[in-house]
Amino acid sequence: MMETLAPILSEHPFLKGLDQKHLELITGCASNIRFDAGQTIFREGEEADQFYIIRQGKVSLQIYTPVHGSIIIDTLTDGDVLGWSWLIPPYQWRFDAVVTELTRAIALDGKCLRNKCEADHDLGFELLKRFSSIVDSRLESTRIRLLDIYASDEKK
Amino acid sequence: MKKNNSESHTTTTDMVPELFRVTHVQNNTRDTYTLFLEPPKHGFSFAPGQFNMLYHFGVGEVPISISGDPGTNDTLIHTIRAVGTVSRAMHRLKKGDTIGVRGPFGTHWPAAESEGNDIVIVAGGIGLAPLRPSIYHILAHREKYGKVVLLYGTRTPEDILYRKEVEQWRARFDMEVRVTVDRSGTDWKGNVGVVTTLISRAHFDPMNTVAMICGPEVMMRFTVQDLHKCGVPMEQIYVSMERNMKCGIGFCGHCQCGPTFICKDGPVYPFPAIKDIFVKREI
Repeated sequence: MMETLAPILSEHPFLKGLDQKHLELITGCASNIRFDAGQTIFREGEEADQFYIIRQGKVSLQIYTPVHGSIIIDTLTDGDVLGWSWLIPPYQWRFDAVVTELTRAIALDGKCLRNKCEADHDLGFELLKRFSSIVDSRLESTRIRLLDIYASDEKK
Repeated sequence: MKKNNSESHTTTTDMVPELFRVTHVQNNTRDTYTLFLEPPKHGFSFAPGQFNMLYHFGVGEVPISISGDPGTNDTLIHTIRAVGTVSRAMHRLKKGDTIGVRGPFGTHWPAAESEGNDIVIVAGGIGLAPLRPSIYHILAHREKYGKVVLLYGTRTPEDILYRKEVEQWRARFDMEVRVTVDRSGTDWKGNVGVVTTLISRAHFDPMNTVAMICGPEVMMRFTVQDLHKCGVPMEQIYVSMERNMKCGIGFCGHCQCGPTFICKDGPVYPFPAIKDIFVKREI
């Protein structure tokens, strides 16, 4: 009998507590995936049709600037969720995602999930709640970094 | 918390600097350097987390945490950020020069008192310097502690303090070291993000953990929140405060913070002791 990804997904903090019906809907859109170091998972401007739950590895989110080249703005690692642009129009990636270390992840088909969320608003609400929490913590981290707290500002 | 002897018996020696000879000046990062000082014949002892008042004659005096090994008393080590008149002038000191030293002052990290616990040390920027003596102490008595975790955040990879030493600690099998930077080019293979994001990735038993935090106050505020969210009891979280210390013995009032004098009652506090004034904007 073929094993599904349901047991792994149900144990992940991001999806923990989802009812069985919704978990099955999500599992239907999930697949195992592996990326080698140096591989680009997606690029800014490309269509955002997937998101990823990183099981093991390291991925850097980068933004390209004409003067400084690519700058790393965040690092995601074991257990982190990569990507929410699939959920928000115009469904395009806003940054580049580049693999720093061999990464194993579960890819979730965003298009497939968007359709399921439209058909089942309870599922849509559950996913939005979970993504809101991730967006909230990343926004907080970004705001702290905006303060540039380690800069020299003392005069002794 | 242990206080230095001067708290109960303030003497004129607390106000009179002793002469220490500079043996070495080492550049650490683009704006940070370490002064190695030779104490007078009787040596110099201190507890991790305490600070000295360093006097550059003719320029001025600044409070600087001691960053060396508390297990040795023949060299006094201070890591200093060159940001103002005095600290920049001290950077120009040469081997053989002398400076005045008063101290040690203030409370210390509960390194010895935390035996039997897991230890989580969270440092931000130059905040690693006041924590280094604690790390030395814990590693010198490694068998007396549970898990030992160092979480360290800096601005860029070039700002990592004591880089070689951090790499050596990271290579140990009995210490978990995680480093993150606020921003970086793609040549950095480590973590990018705020230091608080490392907390949930680290391995320790929250209920039996003593946490020591030093860095900018904003960083400490969010770190305390996240450690507590993880399950570390507030009374097991210690922070090091920084204010404008002048006399070092609680007389002048420059470092008064609400009802407490940072130089005398701090700089190291159990978080509940400082919680109410930690977020008070008027202070």
